Amino acid sequence: MKREHSLKNFLIGMIYLLPALVILVTFQIYPIFKALLMSFYTKYNYFKHIVFEYGFDNYINLFKDEKFILALQNTFIFVIGVVPASIIISIFIATLLNSKIQFKNLFRNIYFLPFVTSTTAIAMVWRWIYHSQYGLLNYFLSLIGIDPIQWLIDPNWSMIALIILSIWKTLGYNILIILTGLQNVDEQYNNAAKIDGAKAWKRFTRITFPLISPTIFFVSITSLIGSFKVFGEVYILFDKMPGPLNSCLTMVYYIYDKLAVKYSYGMASAASVVLFLIILAITLIQFIISKKWVHYK
Amino acid sequence: MNIKIENISKNFKNIKAVDDLSVEINDGELVTFLGPSGCGKSTTLFILAGLYTQDHGNIFFGNVKVNDLETEKRNIGMVFQNYALYPHMTVLKNILFPLEMQKIPKKDSLAKANELLELLKIRELQDRKPNQLSGGQQQRVAIARALIKSPQVLLMDEPLSNLDAKLRVETREEIKKLQQHLGITTIFVTHDQDEAASISDRILIMNNGKLQQFDKPRQIYNNPNNLFTAKFMGNTPINIFSLRKNLNGFSITDTSITLPEIPILRDLGEPEFLIGIRPEHFEICTVEDGILVGIVELVEMQGKDNLITFSIGNLKCRCFSSPKLSPKTNDKIGLKIKSESILAFNKNTGDKLSIKM
Repeated sequence: MKREHSLKNFLIGMIYLLPALVILVTFQIYPIFKALLMSFYTKYNYFKHIVFEYGFDNYINLFKDEKFILALQNTFIFVIGVVPASIIISIFIATLLNSKIQFKNLFRNIYFLPFVTSTTAIAMVWRWIYHSQYGLLNYFLSLIGIDPIQWLIDPNWSMIALIILSIWKTLGYNILIILTGLQNVDEQYNNAAKIDGAKAWKRFTRITFPLISPTIFFVSITSLIGSFKVFGEVYILFDKMPGPLNSCLTMVYYIYDKLAVKYSYGMASAASVVLFLIILAITLIQFIISKKWVHYK
Repeated sequence: MNIKIENISKNFKNIKAVDDLSVEINDGELVTFLGPSGCGKSTTLFILAGLYTQDHGNIFFGNVKVNDLETEKRNIGMVFQNYALYPHMTVLKNILFPLEMQKIPKKDSLAKANELLELLKIRELQDRKPNQLSGGQQQRVAIARALIKSPQVLLMDEPLSNLDAKLRVETREEIKKLQQHLGITTIFVTHDQDEAASISDRILIMNNGKLQQFDKPRQIYNNPNNLFTAKFMGNTPINIFSLRKNLNGFSITDTSITLPEIPILRDLGEPEFLIGIRPEHFEICTVEDGILVGIVELVEMQGKDNLITFSIGNLKCRCFSSPKLSPKTNDKIGLKIKSESILAFNKNTGDKLSIKM
């Protein structure tokens, strides 16, 4: 059948797309461009919506702001602390779940629970776990003779507390995806590698890992983007504060603070543009590096 | 290296996959495990490879008991049904992988790989990935990978089942030549009795996890141990009749058809038994001369002979005839039996009854 590229066909197509498009444009696409535009507002009347001057002042002020630089640093520390550890632990647990063990489905569901539970509830529970006097974690540490740690009060420990919580929270999803990847690897490759004299570690590094590399790549991209956007965990864990002495002030927390507390829309928009560019750059770098280690069939 | 399998059993849940199997395979021999699907032949192969562990019994490679030896350390080569070439490696890397695992210097392993690339005529494929190869080419690469570490034993799990008919015949000839050239003890699993007969030094026939017969192909064909083996070997099915002794001859059970006295069958102890007659052991003659009379149903050309399907009462039988005296559909034909080639089996157990000549 010949398909005509006429105006009529175009309009019919648009009608089909319209419902989804309207929602997408209103809540996603318009705000993105609006934020980009707002980040260049230099002089602006918020009440009457009049822009007097456009410029780069917001960006300049941003990089002069020590808190922003701190937020950048904290976010990078957080991402480096969470993403690799989460992926490595996920691969390990997924491999165990993929082997012949009892109660496999039960374990699978237990690991997946954090993903379907709300961040707020999780952070509330962890606040109790981290409690310096009554917390479960300090209790266990006391059993092996370690003095109580002021997890949420000591600025030296607060970031570590946040990272531990976030690793735990991301495990469920990562394990599920990696497990699916592992289940798609035909048992015969593993058998062939055994025949070829490869021991367990070599079978994993030389056969299994390359075969699930597209899955690992996917998980690393999504975890990385997710981690750069960390906010809810901080907000609840430290009771609407960015941690003691701003020790857990992250990029998105900074944006939230500028927008919802200080009403500095221009700065908030500029910060979100910077965050966007950082995520874009790192994702692009990942794609370039991935050509060397990801094997697509 | 010779292999000894001693009272091997393996159960999967409630299914007896292998049931008390004992076999000895000589050094340099090519043995085929033959049987219908689910008979336990592949399970036995996987037990030999160490990929499955037997529930009972012992396995010896030479004088070494390998029961507890891991697959990695058994020094075997194996060709899988779907070849199992590593999809992320080139042909050359696939072939080099086993040597790499033994940490053999690159120079030595490359020399070895080159030798095999030549031998299997796959040199021009060395930089391709497995998904760029045809089934036959993947097959060769899989064989090269299995052979590169000079294994003591080569195991092949239905290696030809994914190839088309013509390629299958060519490849089995090449495998046979290669095996003789290298003198490597080889175990070959197949469900195709033609393939088994053409390639093997000896065939091990299995059914329901049990050994049925282990002998040379010709011997199994001419002298099957039991009814199952008799039916399984032979391209054109053997004709089976159930006979009952009469006063002066035999009658075919549940029919009014009678046979004249056949002295060699008279001595069998049983009053009722089964006989098997291969299609080539019938001889077509005139209705008057025949000891049986049949009505031709179908005439098919099969190579130099015609295959005649005919009915005796409501029994369907097959025999070969030369095209010269070719009967037509619905013709009445007489049949003679070469009595020295009749096989007899116990009606209940299917075991062979020995006929004294």
